[in-house]
Amino acid sequence: MPKPFTPKVITANALLEGDVIYMSATGWTRDLARADILTDEADADLRLIEAAAQTDKVVGVYLADIKDENGVPTPVHFREDFRARGPSNYAHGKQEAGKQEQF
Amino acid sequence: MYHYTDFDGAFLKERNAQFRAQVERRIDGSLTEDEFKPLRLMNGLYLQLHAYMLRVAIPYGTLNGRQMTRLADIADKWDKGYGHFTTRQNIQYNWPELRDVPDMLDALAEVNMHAIQTSGNTIRNVTADHFAGAAADEVADPRPIAELIRQWSTDHPEFQFLPRKFKVAVTGSENDRAVIKAHDIGIQIVARDGVIGYKIIIGGGLGRTPMIGKVLHDFLPQEDLLPYLEAIVSVYNLLGRRDNKYKARIKITVHENGIEDIRARVDERFALIKPLFTGIDQQTLARIEADFAAPDFKTASEAPYHHARQHDPLFRSWSDTNLAKHKAPGYAIVSISIKAHGKTPGDATSYQMRLMASLAKRYGHDELRISHEQNVILPHVHKEDLPAVYAALKAAGLGTANIGLISDIIACPGMDYCALATARSIPIAQDIATRFDELKLEHDVGPLKIKISGCINACGHHHVGHIGILGLDRAGVENYQITLGGDGTQDATIGERAGPGFSADEIIPAVERLVLAYLNLRAEPAETFLQTYTRLGLAPFKSALYPETQTATAA
Repeated sequence: MPKPFTPKVITANALLEGDVIYMSATGWTRDLARADILTDEADADLRLIEAAAQTDKVVGVYLADIKDENGVPTPVHFREDFRARGPSNYAHGKQEAGKQEQF
Repeated sequence: MYHYTDFDGAFLKERNAQFRAQVERRIDGSLTEDEFKPLRLMNGLYLQLHAYMLRVAIPYGTLNGRQMTRLADIADKWDKGYGHFTTRQNIQYNWPELRDVPDMLDALAEVNMHAIQTSGNTIRNVTADHFAGAAADEVADPRPIAELIRQWSTDHPEFQFLPRKFKVAVTGSENDRAVIKAHDIGIQIVARDGVIGYKIIIGGGLGRTPMIGKVLHDFLPQEDLLPYLEAIVSVYNLLGRRDNKYKARIKITVHENGIEDIRARVDERFALIKPLFTGIDQQTLARIEADFAAPDFKTASEAPYHHARQHDPLFRSWSDTNLAKHKAPGYAIVSISIKAHGKTPGDATSYQMRLMASLAKRYGHDELRISHEQNVILPHVHKEDLPAVYAALKAAGLGTANIGLISDIIACPGMDYCALATARSIPIAQDIATRFDELKLEHDVGPLKIKISGCINACGHHHVGHIGILGLDRAGVENYQITLGGDGTQDATIGERAGPGFSADEIIPAVERLVLAYLNLRAEPAETFLQTYTRLGLAPFKSALYPETQTATAA
């Protein structure tokens, strides 16, 4: 039996500012909560190829494992948790006001 | 201070113009990331976890007030109002935007600074004793040869694609404050019968396979320095392994081939290239040495210093920990702690940078240093001026009296910023410092170096910490391993692993148990943590770290 597919999101860093971004239904977003949850492996692979082709907007595109908590993607690994949240020593990056808008 | 020549200025200008065009081509899509990455790394620009990071070289840790002020201006204009001083005496900006980086580099070039070779498989920023030119125990100021090596290694055509990065450190003192035995090449200036020469140590390094460097030459004549270094790097460039990143550093080359074999190869190469060095390097060195002439030290009364020590207990405490012996009568070396309890080790705000710059101009012959321990040094301050310097520092949150104590922690950026990290370092450092400040124990504990790395690459020098902490990812959870008895001085020693790691919640109490155990174990208050450890070994500290295991065995 094939291994069950862990739900994923597409993530990358924005080319100009470097911030962590995710693919949503309407394009890239800074907010993990708005990211599209991918549950089908073939679909995820195809969407990854499409996202990675946007080389003039994004850097380092990959699929990150998440848990689907009632439709809200939640990080599985602490590294993805820090990426989604920002540094712990200052309220910088995503923790600054007004930074959660659509990318 | 080294003064840039027209050549230096033109070189930087051209290099920055090239990079500006490369950034433009990346943004307009003409360059892919794969094409652009090596170009940005050559100019010190990384892409980290949340943002770009620009690593600016502070050659051998020396800068003047104008340069420090410019670093503050850059932090305000293009970053978030602060900078992070690193264990390679560099400064890192954690939040630059790609489009702004060429302007940042131009702003740096205006004050003779750059970010060249702060990344990539090249010879990196040459580090030096942060007390260079000031220390009472120094044979000679190591900065002239550090500058000579910087000039020789910058854009050196043979050494732009080495098997791996290459780090050089220089000291002019037997008391090693530059960790030279943990570098690819460590150089110590030595005197024999009144003649200056160099002890050359190679193959040291921390990281995944920590090694203490071995002596390749115990007394190299002055005029042979550059050809000999070129011979070493040349031998490494051909012999070093390119098949496995983890075996590519010169420490592995030396380990696998043996120091005798390496010495024979270096001697052979040296004989071949020595005639090509016609003496221009020595003429250049003479000019550089003139730039580093000692300032005109003043003669003044030390009375204000003694008065403040008698009447101000805070000043006395600070002067006990943060001053070091200067070579000039009446002078002291001031270490400014960038380790206020609970703050991020090595982070200074633009306000603090400007203040330190103005103190250097007013009281310190316009010189500042960055130490590999992530503090800032005013190398030349007359004791007369110390009360005023301390008052200004204290008002800016820079008066912490903790140099060399438990809260003077080296911590790498860890997973709060670094893309390579496997765990966070900064919060652990903050919590240890805060905890021992609450306990009011750190002055009683005395000299104790804690060094924290957030991954096996060991930027936080954990292997040479008296207490080293290594953050790892164990099955998706942050886990912290402790090493004990490491030493980064002339008696360089790699710390010994104490046992299983601790979770983020357990690590602070574990360090506390260790330190309390030391207080019980030490023969007398003057015996330092490291001395007690050396005397007694791992066992009693291990019992303190793992009390449950002991109970279980006893039962």
